[in-house]
Amino acid sequence: MGGMSTKQRIGWVVITVVVLLWSLFPVVSILMTSFKTQAGLFSGKFLPPEWTWENYATILAPGGSAQDLFLPSLRNSIGISLISTVVAVVLATFCAYAIARLDFRGKKLILTTALAVSVFPVVSIVTPLFNLWRSIGLYDTWPGLIIPYLSLTLPISIWTLAAFFRQIPWELEQAAQVDGATPFQAFRKAVVPLAAPGVFTTAIIAFFIAWNDFVYGISLTSTSAARPVPAALSFFTGASQFEEPTGAISAAAIVVTVPIVIVVLIFQRRIVSGLTQGAVKG
Amino acid sequence: MASISLDHVVKTYPDGFTAVKGVSLDIADGEFVILVGPSGCGKSTLLRMIVGLEDITDGELRIGEKVVNDLAPRDRDLAMVFQNYALYPHLTVYENIAFPLRLARGQFSDSEVDERVRRASALLELDEHLERKPANLSGGQRQRVAMGRAIVRQAKAFLFDEPLSNLDAKLRGQMRTEIARLQRNLATTTVYVTHDQTEAMTLGDRVAVLRRGELQQVASPRGLYDQPVNLFVAGFIGSPPMNFLPGIVEGDRIRLPLVDVPLDDRLRTAVGEREIVIVGIRPDAYEDVDTLEPHKAEGGVRFEADVDVTEWLGEVLYAYVPFETHDAVREKLAELDRDLDGEGMRTQLVVTLDSMSTVRAGDAAELWFHPDSMHIFDAETGDSLTRDEDRAAELEEEAKEQRRRALERAKRRAEREAQAAADGEERASA
Ligand SMILES: Nc1ncnc2c1ncn2[C@@H]1O[C@H](COP(=O)(O)OP(=O)(O)OP(=O)(O)O)[C@@H](O)[C@H]1O
Ligand SMILES: [Mg+2]
Repeated sequence: MGGMSTKQRIGWVVITVVVLLWSLFPVVSILMTSFKTQAGLFSGKFLPPEWTWENYATILAPGGSAQDLFLPSLRNSIGISLISTVVAVVLATFCAYAIARLDFRGKKLILTTALAVSVFPVVSIVTPLFNLWRSIGLYDTWPGLIIPYLSLTLPISIWTLAAFFRQIPWELEQAAQVDGATPFQAFRKAVVPLAAPGVFTTAIIAFFIAWNDFVYGISLTSTSAARPVPAALSFFTGASQFEEPTGAISAAAIVVTVPIVIVVLIFQRRIVSGLTQGAVKG
Repeated sequence: MASISLDHVVKTYPDGFTAVKGVSLDIADGEFVILVGPSGCGKSTLLRMIVGLEDITDGELRIGEKVVNDLAPRDRDLAMVFQNYALYPHLTVYENIAFPLRLARGQFSDSEVDERVRRASALLELDEHLERKPANLSGGQRQRVAMGRAIVRQAKAFLFDEPLSNLDAKLRGQMRTEIARLQRNLATTTVYVTHDQTEAMTLGDRVAVLRRGELQQVASPRGLYDQPVNLFVAGFIGSPPMNFLPGIVEGDRIRLPLVDVPLDDRLRTAVGEREIVIVGIRPDAYEDVDTLEPHKAEGGVRFEADVDVTEWLGEVLYAYVPFETHDAVREKLAELDRDLDGEGMRTQLVVTLDSMSTVRAGDAAELWFHPDSMHIFDAETGDSLTRDEDRAAELEEEAKEQRRRALERAKRRAEREAQAAADGEERASA
């Protein structure tokens, strides 16, 4: 940023701060709420008047009132999201490899279909799915959610990976073969290290999509057998009719957000894939 | 190290296009052979067939004594430098160079790998970059890393696909001499693809000229320049290119645009019964009569020419003289121009004059050339009619002899260096 004048630099700093405030304020606000007591909720203050772990105890500690609602749903969310991510990424990797490397009929068709599927509004298929799942016994099961999640994660995975694979200098594979590698060694030693960041990025995107879903989660489940966290949150109730579950919901939201933020921070460097630079003249 | 021999090698791509049409070429052990030709003539295809990245449709490829048509690249034991280097971006320079050694699992211990990598990096002056990633290197440095990867194991041959084409002119000159030096020192069989005139003429022992997948001529650079077999080779080799003029035979004279030349014995036999031929004269065969030393002028022909444009480059002066071509050869020359990737050049004579010449654009200059410098080509087939087989063979002998001496010198130098290194060690241990 050496070429910037002081004025420009100040401008950028201001913009950055505004954007940060704008996007972080809700998160911080929820974090603060999660530490408020029942009384503190209505204090109208941003910071909790008195700090408490009570809300976290409600959802996590044995005997907490929302614990039997939250913990199974957390397990469901993690399991279902992970499985749909793995399946989507594995399938998308094969698909994108073929799209990037081979010339075959129907290549365009696959890509446009994938795009069409991903822009199809979720709400319009959720009712038919509800009926179908009920009649074939997938309602309120893990596969009953994994399958629709794949329809969300697969297209975007195929598109991201295909775009990524197209940039890989495939000549490296040939170079490795000339250097004495078997075709499989060439793939593993020259291509996989370059493809890894792309696959990883795709996995994270796919995981977020599954993790954040609400519509399928609420419509296709009825018990804690398969209900994911976003859906479960809406079933939280206060200790009595007159208590708001806001504190517990905030705590739950923080519990499901923090791991994601940590993952992104840890793998930030890998997600930014500057790795392919310098393979070829440039 | 090994010889490479191609026997009527054909390549037809899956889409039905035949890129290489029966090329036969014998490359001796330790020889440096250049493949040249216009874009799309099949140079890369040929190289990729040798290294095993492209299937051979028909014909036979031998490395050493062994037929290798069906061997995978890894079993052919050749090293290749790709046009865009193809370095592994996730590995350091050190690991890039060590890559082929690490693949030959069990064959090299860690210390042997280290020793070989360091020897290669010292040779290529890469020592201070060993821990860096290719992305952070300059073009020339990347090129040297690619070379390092090729020379680190004792492959049977080196294959280069236009390795210098993306470097700037200065670096290209530098790397060119470096490659020449390296190949002399290692004496490894080398096939080098280029379409750069200078690289073709200076690097190789022999140059193979390809046109549309067919081999036109294989000879030493001097052989190609002096004794081309046809119009294509004559037009392709040399810069600026040879001038081609329509020649009408009338009795004992041949009429060229601008001047008539008497037919001597050599030209008479060449022309035979033909009434029209294509005459080729290299730009440097012309002289400005004003700067010509009188004793040289004997036996030559003089003519007046209206100079259209001049270009003064310091060491030489190029003068351009437009002329009217003849309908009978126009088609043939236009076709040749297309083959040479030309851009429909105007019919003009390019003349290389002494830089002291005072000829300027718009002047009428008096020019001179000797009929001995004339090449004559058949107007239909384009074959050379003046090619002197004896002279050509003589040139090849000379080139071979020079090559042998260069290799001997390199061997002696290597021995001396090894001896010096051994002495140094003795002294150090004493
Ligand atoms: N995979 C392919 N399928 C079909 N035709 C091909 C393929 N690769 C190359 N060709 C054709 O084969 C011919 C020779 O190509 P090649 O790459 O060998 O040319 P080249 O001499 O190396 O040219 P350049 O100097 O431009 O690199 C070209 O006409 C090209 O169109
Ligand atoms: Mg090429």
